[in-house]
Amino acid sequence: MQAPIGARLLHLVPTILLVTIIVFALQHLMPGDPAVMMAGEAAGDPHVVAQIRAQMMLDQPVWWQYLHWLDEVLQGNLGYSWRLTSPVLVLIAQKLPVTLQLAAMAFFFAVAIGVPAGVVSAVKQGTAWDWAANAIGLFGLSIPTFWLGIVLILLVSVDLGWLPPSGYVPLTQDPLRSLATTIMPSFVLGNAIAAILMRHTRSAMLTALSQDYVRTARAKGLTEQRVVIRHALRNALIPVVTLGGLQLGTLLSGAVLTEQVFDVPGIGKLVVDAVFNRDYPVIQGVVLVTGLLYILINLATDILYAVINPRLRGG
Amino acid sequence: MSASIAQSPPAAHSPFRIGLRRFLRHRTGMLGLVLIVVFIVTALAAPLIAPYSPIATDWNAIRIGPSLAHWMGTDEIGRDEMSRVIWGARASLAAGVVAVLIAAAIGVPAGVLAGFAGGRTDAILSRIVDAMLAIPFLILAIALAAFLGPNLRNAMIAIGISSAPVFMRVARAATMDVKTQDFIEAAIAVGNPPWRTALRHVVPNIVAPVLVQGTLSVATAIIAEASLSFLGLGEQPPQPSWGSMLNAAQQFLTQAPWLAIFPGLAIFLVVLGFNLMGDGLRDVLDRRRRG
Repeated sequence: MQAPIGARLLHLVPTILLVTIIVFALQHLMPGDPAVMMAGEAAGDPHVVAQIRAQMMLDQPVWWQYLHWLDEVLQGNLGYSWRLTSPVLVLIAQKLPVTLQLAAMAFFFAVAIGVPAGVVSAVKQGTAWDWAANAIGLFGLSIPTFWLGIVLILLVSVDLGWLPPSGYVPLTQDPLRSLATTIMPSFVLGNAIAAILMRHTRSAMLTALSQDYVRTARAKGLTEQRVVIRHALRNALIPVVTLGGLQLGTLLSGAVLTEQVFDVPGIGKLVVDAVFNRDYPVIQGVVLVTGLLYILINLATDILYAVINPRLRGG
Repeated sequence: MSASIAQSPPAAHSPFRIGLRRFLRHRTGMLGLVLIVVFIVTALAAPLIAPYSPIATDWNAIRIGPSLAHWMGTDEIGRDEMSRVIWGARASLAAGVVAVLIAAAIGVPAGVLAGFAGGRTDAILSRIVDAMLAIPFLILAIALAAFLGPNLRNAMIAIGISSAPVFMRVARAATMDVKTQDFIEAAIAVGNPPWRTALRHVVPNIVAPVLVQGTLSVATAIIAEASLSFLGLGEQPPQPSWGSMLNAAQQFLTQAPWLAIFPGLAIFLVVLGFNLMGDGLRDVLDRRRRG
């Protein structure tokens, strides 16, 4: 049973604190002097290193360093990118909308492919349709995101010349160009989730189709199409919706590689560039923000779940 | 009825034998196993079957398309692509298996402890797992690898730590399932200390779900290793790894498309193998699925 919303919110506090501990602990994994390492490419500048050392309070006990760091984070200070000379939070706020556009389009592809494929394979269980849908699902789970991206660039952009191979145009600037630049990356990103949704829709549909109410609906003389869509699918979709929320992590993980392959300037590209340039505060910031985003989206999914499932209403 | 039981040898009834026999009849699961074996043999026999050295450059054979001399062509500094794909199997398989062993070594004991002890221990361990699962898997692995320093060993550790929560969840659920059964109650009733009950009676009974998760996690770990080395956080050049080969290939997509095809195909096939085998094991071992 789902706990009431208030209790769930309270539940989130220790989880969020633990996420901050993990993010803080990252900087202590580094071999050598953290201040020199955190300075990245600016390590040669003793002024910068001294500034970081003072800022991180490296002469204080670790728990004190953590509390100080947490205090800064709570005030919205996630550190400073020495390379891009701007606050980490500003960088993330600039890049996040791009990734969210990509993720939303990817989710659209995933649902548009995964749900119908799952329904068809459950309704036609044991036929060639079922077999084909399962094969496509397995394909989607096994193909590395970045390789699918590279192969699509080869086919669609290099050979056929239909779509630009890389780059990004904001939605507000030119919606059509924006779609042209994001359609391939979001398809690639949605692919793995389509496979997961397909598998879950299939098993939820198989369960739903064997229920008494489906037999009753058939006995009433309803058309098969109506039975499948109005009676079975509506019930099967409930667990699939929750699952969709849980896939946000997969989407954000996939976005890192997809944005790298297609040169889309989202937070995935931001973190990869940060890795290349040893821009550690940016890496920490992205880990923290994506973790918090995931927790919030899951809370929203829980609420949505309660709304669409009448049995849980009033919890 | 009793006669037929008496005639069959007792060994044939051991869960392991029954499971094995079922798996041998599972066609797609066996296909997965065959794919895995092919790649393991390739990795082990790399020095014998690779036609060239994976790091020897040939300035007279730069970016040559697939031919009889070089079946998969050559790369931007004249190295034989096929030899690099063959040697690359080592980094990939080693990373996949070692990362999963690390993940299981952390996750399974934590999961058994949480499931068996319950109460506050369970609550604390479960919150830690929630927090780790909140951070997207690959982003956590990238951050760990970046902070630890870029090399294959650290990539394995990073992927292993990032995969541990999944094993904790699986082991915890399986332990809680086993705990309700009569033989556990009996083991406690005859005076076994909790640690012995957990080790001798619970652990052997959660092997099946852990094995299924382990097989599927190798697939995920291989993709993760390829992703990290694609981003320069895995095996360092000139040592061959499929991910870094794809990274290099992306710069020559128009001039040398073959460089982008073969390493990716290798990743796809070996991952497909582990996914097929994992699905097969689940069909065979999962009591709920067998119905």
